[in-house]
Amino acid sequence: MWTILQIELFKIFRRPRTYIAFVAISAIVLLIQLALYVDGNSYLNFVIQGLTQNFEVNGTILNGYFVCYFILQTLLIHVPLLIALVAGDMIAGEANMGTLRILITKPVSRTRLMFCKFLAALIYTLLLLVWMALLSLFCSLLIFGKGDLLILKSDNAVILSSTDIMWRYAAAFAFAAIAMSAVAALAFLLSIFAENSIGPIVATMSIVIVFTILSTMDIPFFKNIRPYLFTAHMLGWKGFFSDPVNYKMIGKSAAILMLHIVVFVGSAMAIFRRKDILS
Amino acid sequence: MEVINVRSLSKHFKDIKAVENLSFSVNEADVYGFLGQNGAGKSTTIRMLLTLIEPTHGSIEIFGKDLNSHRASILREVGAVIERPDLYKYLTAFENLSIFARLSEAKLNKSQLMEQLDMVGLAARAHSKVHTFSQGMKQRLGLAVALVHNPKLIMLDEPTNGLDPQGIADIRKLILFLSREKKKTILVSSHLLSEIEQIATRMLIIDRGKKIVEGDVKELFDPSRMLIDLKTTDNSEAISKIAVTRWNEFVQTANEKSIVFKMKQDIVPQLSRALIEMNIEILSIQPRHSLEEYFLSLTSANSHVDHSSN
Repeated sequence: MWTILQIELFKIFRRPRTYIAFVAISAIVLLIQLALYVDGNSYLNFVIQGLTQNFEVNGTILNGYFVCYFILQTLLIHVPLLIALVAGDMIAGEANMGTLRILITKPVSRTRLMFCKFLAALIYTLLLLVWMALLSLFCSLLIFGKGDLLILKSDNAVILSSTDIMWRYAAAFAFAAIAMSAVAALAFLLSIFAENSIGPIVATMSIVIVFTILSTMDIPFFKNIRPYLFTAHMLGWKGFFSDPVNYKMIGKSAAILMLHIVVFVGSAMAIFRRKDILS
Repeated sequence: MEVINVRSLSKHFKDIKAVENLSFSVNEADVYGFLGQNGAGKSTTIRMLLTLIEPTHGSIEIFGKDLNSHRASILREVGAVIERPDLYKYLTAFENLSIFARLSEAKLNKSQLMEQLDMVGLAARAHSKVHTFSQGMKQRLGLAVALVHNPKLIMLDEPTNGLDPQGIADIRKLILFLSREKKKTILVSSHLLSEIEQIATRMLIIDRGKKIVEGDVKELFDPSRMLIDLKTTDNSEAISKIAVTRWNEFVQTANEKSIVFKMKQDIVPQLSRALIEMNIEILSIQPRHSLEEYFLSLTSANSHVDHSSN
């Protein structure tokens, strides 16, 4: 199995398209950091003007932790597209190139092949998040320095001590990894039905967008189905930046996301095992 | 020894019967020609032999083992090129070969992989990316991939498609080399009779998913034997009458349109007399001059039957 996984990773990282996601994340993160470095204080003054009317705010609010939170909030909504780019290509791309039929004629079981392909997509997803963490957290800390983290929510503001933040980011990135893996699993499942990777990529994004819209609607009918939509749990990472942290809610969201991963990947394997390869 | 044994194999795609009740066997060291027009069911059959497609009915045994229950151990000994030789275009020839060698569980070092590329004349382009290759080069690389793990059985689906005359000659030479020098069993499909004639030892003609004729190529192409096409007022009745006589062993194919015999020319008058004695009303009895003509008549006769029945 290690051989198959190595081969799958080799194929992923030899394709130029794989690096689009890394370049895109680098560009967006660096642009945000540059913009905040140049004009971050004016932006912050505007954002916290409601707060300063009643409270006195001291210290360096525009610090590395704040910039990282700002970046994550902006970026994690768009990362699914970058993940679908590779996960949606895992089977459909092979079918499109005509290499799927050669793979299937090799003495490797379809289940094992699928499992290794998903593992490879998962490793790509994790590497993308690690890259994002390196740029958004560590580079921001280098550029903007440390400080307490001020988070403005719709009905309150949370201030977290600079000594109490690092573990929260570690946990948030771990949670984001589960959420992004659910997206990768969905794209992977859709990938087995297509012979062109555009289809699964667009379908994954459409599902994520539609489900996200449904998750945010306050209509009672949608409120009832919201807990069952995986997109409603994807932003669970923000829970680590509450004080106190609601572990029960975060754990439930993580469990639902993991259940989705199991269902998506399990279905993909079951369907692919008996699928006729006509490409 | 039988390397492939296919019994009553069928594949239906919803209402389309791509392969219907097909049985044949391939012996060790055979170059087995699988002949049929485009859409005859050749590729579907080969895909079933390679576990790409699941049969609707029937059984497949390779190396005496059931393909379903011994898939991995069988595929370890099989190499294949299926239609186009599609490979990873963004990788080099060497990288492609290395990947498929590892997947085939062949433990080859760099120089052994280079030897494989050299065998198909691609050693000089080993480190070029496949997207820079011509169709012929891709075909040769596809063959190297099929042969990299030294399989006992090689399946080639239309291996000369899209090649220029030199490329076709090269592939033909390689097939003959693998068969004669390396003693490989080869199943090769084609829609060109001339191609099969030049390389195959045994052959099967398939049309619309059904077996038309199977036999030894030398025998089928034997110029001393001719094909006699008989048409009667009632072919069904004629078939049943002939079936109980010694003339049945000369019957190549029999259907509602015609009954084809294969025999030496000097016994044709005896056949004519026997048919009259059997009270078979003959509309026409005429020779066919070549297997090509025979092949075309069989396939076109069948298409005629199908069109008329629609």
